[in-house]
Amino acid sequence: MKGTQDHAALAEAFNKDEDRVDWHDGALWWIRQKRDRSANQTPQWEELREAASAIKSNVISNLHDYLLQFEENLKRNGVKVYWAADAEEHNQIIYKILSEKNINQMVKSKSMLTEECHLNEYLAERGIDVINSDLGEYIQQIDNEPPSHIVLPCIHKKKEEIGELFHEHLGTEKGLSDPTLLTRVARKHLRNVFMTRRAALTGVNFAVAETGEYVVCTNEGNADMGAHLCEVQIASMGLEKIVPERKHLGVFLRLLARSAIGQPITIYSSHFRKPRPGQEMHLVLVDKGRSALLARPDFRDSLKCIKCGGCMNTCPVYRKSGGLSYHNTISGPIGAILAPNLDMKKHADLPFASTLCGSCSNVCPVKIPIHDQLYKWRQVIVKEGYSASRKTFSMKAMALTLSSPEIYKTAGKTGRWILNHAPFAINNKFNPWYKQREMPDSPKQSFGEWYAKNGSKS
Amino acid sequence: MKIGLFIPCYVNQLYPNAAIATLELLQKLGADVSYPSKQTCCGQPMANSGYEHLTQSCNDLFIENFSGFDYVVAPSASCVLHIKDHLHSHADEKAAASIRGKIYELVEFLTDVLKIEKLDACFPHKVGLHQSCHGLRGLHLAQMSELVAPDFSKPKQLLNMVQGLELTELDRVDECCGFGGLFCIAEEAVSVKMGKDRITDHTKHGAEYITSPDLSCLMHMEGILQRNNSKVKIIHIAEILNCSSIKA
Amino acid sequence: MSSRDSILAAVLKNQPPLTSLPDISGFKVPEEDLVEKYKDTFSGIGGIVYSAANMEAVKNHIRENFDTGKRIVSTLPALSDVAEFCSASVEPHSFEDVELAIIEARLAVAENGAVWLTEEVMGHRIIPYISQHLAVVVDESVIVSTMHEAYAKIADEEYGFGGFIGGPSKTADIEQALVLGAHGPLSMTVYLIK
Repeated sequence: MKGTQDHAALAEAFNKDEDRVDWHDGALWWIRQKRDRSANQTPQWEELREAASAIKSNVISNLHDYLLQFEENLKRNGVKVYWAADAEEHNQIIYKILSEKNINQMVKSKSMLTEECHLNEYLAERGIDVINSDLGEYIQQIDNEPPSHIVLPCIHKKKEEIGELFHEHLGTEKGLSDPTLLTRVARKHLRNVFMTRRAALTGVNFAVAETGEYVVCTNEGNADMGAHLCEVQIASMGLEKIVPERKHLGVFLRLLARSAIGQPITIYSSHFRKPRPGQEMHLVLVDKGRSALLARPDFRDSLKCIKCGGCMNTCPVYRKSGGLSYHNTISGPIGAILAPNLDMKKHADLPFASTLCGSCSNVCPVKIPIHDQLYKWRQVIVKEGYSASRKTFSMKAMALTLSSPEIYKTAGKTGRWILNHAPFAINNKFNPWYKQREMPDSPKQSFGEWYAKNGSKS
Repeated sequence: MKIGLFIPCYVNQLYPNAAIATLELLQKLGADVSYPSKQTCCGQPMANSGYEHLTQSCNDLFIENFSGFDYVVAPSASCVLHIKDHLHSHADEKAAASIRGKIYELVEFLTDVLKIEKLDACFPHKVGLHQSCHGLRGLHLAQMSELVAPDFSKPKQLLNMVQGLELTELDRVDECCGFGGLFCIAEEAVSVKMGKDRITDHTKHGAEYITSPDLSCLMHMEGILQRNNSKVKIIHIAEILNCSSIKA
Repeated sequence: MSSRDSILAAVLKNQPPLTSLPDISGFKVPEEDLVEKYKDTFSGIGGIVYSAANMEAVKNHIRENFDTGKRIVSTLPALSDVAEFCSASVEPHSFEDVELAIIEARLAVAENGAVWLTEEVMGHRIIPYISQHLAVVVDESVIVSTMHEAYAKIADEEYGFGGFIGGPSKTADIEQALVLGAHGPLSMTVYLIK
């Protein structure tokens, strides 16, 4: 991680290379356009979003019973079930499962939850080597960097940079940067990994309470390669991944890949229900702030998220600041509403890394009112004292002026009060407005002054 | 029909011509408009920064100024949306609710309440329309590109009534300009980059003017245009709609 | 209290009042030629579709298009002269060298090109993922329109493992350049049988 810099500072650094910003912005906008085409080709798209949102509302309102039902079915299916209150407990559980089998190497498919838990680091400290098998995550892992996007982990990297990493770590020829050739090299290398790992961990996209099965979606086939070759299969899931019945998968699988990348369905949607003969299956249910989020009526809908990444692709701030600027495993608009629930102080900047344009809420397949939640998090963060006192002081001064017509008028006369206040000069040391923008002209008279003279005549 | 004209603080002080155009346009269309002189601001600058709890006296002042009207009209989508979504009062919530229900942004007031079908206006220029996000996704002044739903646009409906005006295209029809209130300062780098990219989209399609129902977006883009010595100008939609054929 | 109990207690305490599940029976697509739609969709996502009159035609196509000198496996008895029969009782790693696997789908979905396979038809769970190329035989009569209909057909079937597969394995992780054959099959062929 890049120390204690906030989103604005990291975004400013990202913007030092404007060509790269344009390239990053263009790549993600292209995905947004693919999403639009795909949505437009799907009959009843908006009704599907509505249904998905309503199913998830039901899940949130009945989560306790669904979790019990899911647990019971998992056990009936021969799956061992664990419950983890936080990252530490989650990591301990995984470590125990592996160490009891004397396993010191594991392959892992994409799981944002285990990224958030820093599982790889935890296990590495205890002598267990984990390899991420999703190509993008693998690239991020060998570069010792977190994913910058939940669906496209290395979307911020150029192929030449990936070629350089492969040269260093996989011994490819220097200068090799062709995506197909690089992918072939990774395929060969990771096949050997899959063939030799006794344990494989996957994330969970959907967990069906009714049947005790869980669905893992990938395009690469890496989750299946790991799971079907290993003797110990582990899945980690957040409590909110529940769907009530198998038929509800139809709604979510229609929305997920279309919203994510404009594809009609992920290439692989694998339904794991029972271990194969000779195999063990373990599933860890992780709370990590989720039950606490349920207690926040303004924010609990963020638990509906199915991690499609659509809000990131459409967010102009994300596109022009890069995922790593969010200094959180889950970046972009959804990350900005999930992170403060976990650590408000550390993530106090994220709800402000938005113009509240609202595009995120419109693409969201489960209709989370993301931009409304960003606004509401701002209120909570200020009330709980996580904003600079300087800002609070100027806001109070502004509130006083704007609630008094007399002060406001006097202030306006003496040199256009507004030019010295909102939004130009708050927290202003060097006036960031003027850095790359001219100040608005100051007219001879305000409308109020004009109206006092001319209003009655017109 | 008594109309209270709400001129947001920054429009009042920095863009009086847009406010005058709004007043004149409404009067031309036969409306009985007056401007309560004790008005200040909708409170959005504080609220969007997380200080909604400091806006109570601002809200009460707003209610005091505008309770007596049948409609409240303002040439600023963003401020109107803020009032619609966040005007509350401990003292008189009924009055607050009433205002939330009768406040209109100028464009929607013309298309939905006055239901105007023609305008005596002329503006012989190539004009790019900037959809302010609050006007678009908040007030639904036009269809949003993310949704699978029939197309419509209230600002275009009006601009199409203006003689000589040619609307220019955009690659990204409703992308945010990056103003975002305090965002334009707190996130200066991204804000300016977003603004520059919006401007480029307009200029590459030949726009001479960029117009919008929101001056805050335009003020931000104007700052960037002027810094880069661009010939492209910004103009509030009221000024175009009020541009008489004689002047042109 | 165990973590399980404390998590469940917190969830029970914090969850909002019960809301009802929506009716999802109303999702329909306009009448269409399912076979044509399936072909369009599947080829659009990088799959190969071949309409075969019968299994003989499938065999001929396999002989002409795949390296029969390499290992070919299948669970279809009709293909026993081009493929070895694969079973679930062997060690999964032994399938590492499979060049082509041929499986019969239980269902195929016109809206997204995916086929539905359960472990019974796979032979072994790993087969459709580890083979260099995958071929799936689809009886045209099992094509359904949407995922809703697919799950209606699957209903409450008891399977240990099942999966939708919607094309060759793919990635676009490097600069969004589409590459077929990430970890799984490099190609996927669907044989449509009338």
